[in-house]
Amino acid sequence: MILTLTKLEKMNNDIILSRIKEHFSSDVISSEVNFDILTLEISASKSYEIIEFLKNDEILDCSFLTLLGGVHYPEDLNREFAIVYHLHSWRKDFRLRLKVFVPAENPSVRSIVKIYNGANWMERETYDFFGIIFEGHPNLKRILNMDDMDYFPMRKQYALEDATREDKDDRFFGRSSN
Amino acid sequence: MGKIEDLEVINGEGYQLTTLDKAIGLARANSVWPLPFATSCCGIEFMATMGSMYDMSRFGMERLSFSPRQADLLIVAGTISKKLGPVLKQVYEQMSEPKWVLSVGACASSGGIFDTYSVLQGIDRIIPVDVYVPGCPPRPEQIIDGVMNIHKLVKNESSRRRYSDEYRHLMDTYDIDIDKTGENE
Amino acid sequence: MQLEKIKTIDFLEDHLINMSNMKEENIALSSTLNNSEESTPKFKEVTHESRESLEKILSDVAESNTNSEVTHEKSDSKETIDGKYATINFGPTHPATHGIFQNILKVDGEKIISSEQTVGYIHRAFEKLAERRPYNQITPITDRLNYCSSPINNMGWHMTVEKLIGVEIPKRVQYMRVIIMELARIADHLICNSVIGVDTGALTSFFYPFSEREKIYELYEEVCGARLTTNIGRIGGFERDFTPTFHEKLKNFLRTFPKAFEEFNSMLERNRIFMDRTKGAGPISAERALNYSFTGPNLRAAGVDYDVRVMQPYSSYEDFDFIIPVGVNGDTYDRFMVRQEEVRQSIKIIEQAYKNLPQGDYKADLPEFYLPPKEDVYNNMEALIYHFKIVMGETEIPAGEVYHSVEGGNGELGFYLISDGGRTPYRLQFRRPCFIYYQAYPEMITGMTISDAVLTLSSMNVIAGELDA
Repeated sequence: MILTLTKLEKMNNDIILSRIKEHFSSDVISSEVNFDILTLEISASKSYEIIEFLKNDEILDCSFLTLLGGVHYPEDLNREFAIVYHLHSWRKDFRLRLKVFVPAENPSVRSIVKIYNGANWMERETYDFFGIIFEGHPNLKRILNMDDMDYFPMRKQYALEDATREDKDDRFFGRSSN
Repeated sequence: MGKIEDLEVINGEGYQLTTLDKAIGLARANSVWPLPFATSCCGIEFMATMGSMYDMSRFGMERLSFSPRQADLLIVAGTISKKLGPVLKQVYEQMSEPKWVLSVGACASSGGIFDTYSVLQGIDRIIPVDVYVPGCPPRPEQIIDGVMNIHKLVKNESSRRRYSDEYRHLMDTYDIDIDKTGENE
Repeated sequence: MQLEKIKTIDFLEDHLINMSNMKEENIALSSTLNNSEESTPKFKEVTHESRESLEKILSDVAESNTNSEVTHEKSDSKETIDGKYATINFGPTHPATHGIFQNILKVDGEKIISSEQTVGYIHRAFEKLAERRPYNQITPITDRLNYCSSPINNMGWHMTVEKLIGVEIPKRVQYMRVIIMELARIADHLICNSVIGVDTGALTSFFYPFSEREKIYELYEEVCGARLTTNIGRIGGFERDFTPTFHEKLKNFLRTFPKAFEEFNSMLERNRIFMDRTKGAGPISAERALNYSFTGPNLRAAGVDYDVRVMQPYSSYEDFDFIIPVGVNGDTYDRFMVRQEEVRQSIKIIEQAYKNLPQGDYKADLPEFYLPPKEDVYNNMEALIYHFKIVMGETEIPAGEVYHSVEGGNGELGFYLISDGGRTPYRLQFRRPCFIYYQAYPEMITGMTISDAVLTLSSMNVIAGELDA
């Protein structure tokens, strides 16, 4: 079966924003437009419902999950970890970015594997790098790093280099040895 | 069988006089069976070296052996991460004597540009290496140069190398038990 | 822009596509075959033995999981019936997995029941490394993502940074970028298809395309000096204009490559052995592929024509006339044919770009990121300061976050860059298509034999560097 994507009507960011706010007015915390992509900050408790709505809605029709990742902001207390979802609607030709902020004491958000199967490994990678727990994920364990690693390497407090290496003298690399 | 070239021989009409070591060294050097342990970008350059433009089969390396039991030369091309380290060591231990290791590329020799928490900074942390080929990735000509250096080593090495004390001591520093080498772990 | 689009069909259905209902006229419009008279869709009839059993397994899966929740992660060892199932370790060092990843297969005889994967054997921490390096030093890292087609990664990164800065790139640079990117795409597809040939036993089909790849390497060397990991181009353009030797080599290439390619093609395309082995091996339906966020030739082989060059054209792709080849079943044969046709389309694009290459500058006017010429550095104070700042990596970049994607050899290669105004990115995340579509591999091989699993893996073109980053 051959499927084709023809662009139907051109969507603009105001329509998207107003449609989401219609249904989830209290959960959209802030919004901005970065380089033509509407970026919304949504609350962590309703992230699953919002994404499910976005996928099933006829007008918005976000059929494709492009990317899922995490960011660590150690300075913002109570909002240290951000989980960023990039959605793409092919028939309506727009991209959307959703951000969910969670605190460091309890970094967890509901997993969207049931909505998009492709989120499976992307969530495992985010867990592996940042330690964010995705509730309801079928197999949340480390994917890229070694299984017995006991820290989450992409967090800002950890260095890039291996702390136990003894063959490279940091002074020659412009880094002070700690 | 004709005259053996490139050897210190005493030639006469219908006979040659040489040492067995030299004859064995020549035979070994010109028919090395490599095991390409190709992980990343250097693996593609290794495939190009095996291709028709920079032909490696002129050096007797036509037959790649993917089973360590039948291989002489372990060519490690590409980044070795800490997760892959035990696998590499197991493959090395499964090879039977005599064996040589060629480390192709900057990542295999010393970690390369990836001075990170997950990359092993050189395979000589876990296995002994004979020849290092630097480059990122090295050109096929450089890989061939590395192979020719391996041939030089193979030709001139004593066939009793594995019983020497120096070799035993080297393997001890890597925690490789050479009495069990070649058997199942 | 003239693009041949295929007829629109509503595709969001809630059940698996029933393959026997496909109509002939839909097939005839697809351009996966040569324009030969015998374009009857022979590839539609799948004669694989396990077709019925595969369909039964898939329909069982569809009925039991109405939420489309398919998990193949845990292989429960208590599931053995009389100990009939054997566990086979396929990898990590295996001659047929071109790359280092491990699949643990549970098999009943030769038929695969389930599988579990382990990746991360070449995890080199690119994303953390990128937080340490200034923007022009990140290009060598992007090289090593999909190292078979590294210019595409380089160009994608440069375009991301240019989008963040907001600079206008001259038309000549855009056309030059298109030429280099399409050459890289040809190189990538040549490796993938020759390796599919090797896995079916046709070793000759490996050597012919590799000698063609040497010609592409020579073209790269004329521009940037390197063969494989090219670090080609700069933020704002290219380091030098195309030399006369490059023009000559490119003309030579465009004259001789299509013939050599057709020779390679004729060896496999209608080969009885090849077709028997690859038809029906590792199929995936369009709906499942979309759910797994597939992009690139794997998705196009399943029937969906999504191509970033067409959806969101970048670098003047809207000026060129090319078609997107689409497959039917999503199996190995379709993936092979889609890639072959994409190589032909790439040649067409390069010819158009080369013929219409506009005059102009080979770089944008971007003194903060593009090294000034050496005469100015020695004579002009301002140029000296720019040179110093660029080399030491102290250029200021505006704060912001941007997502840009290009059509890589395997699909949509995306760069999500968050900059806080410092000299290095705050967060750089790569959207790696191999990582995302490799998770569907267990589903694709369930019910297949082990040799089909090997073929499926090599036809998916999983590059280890892109898988693990």
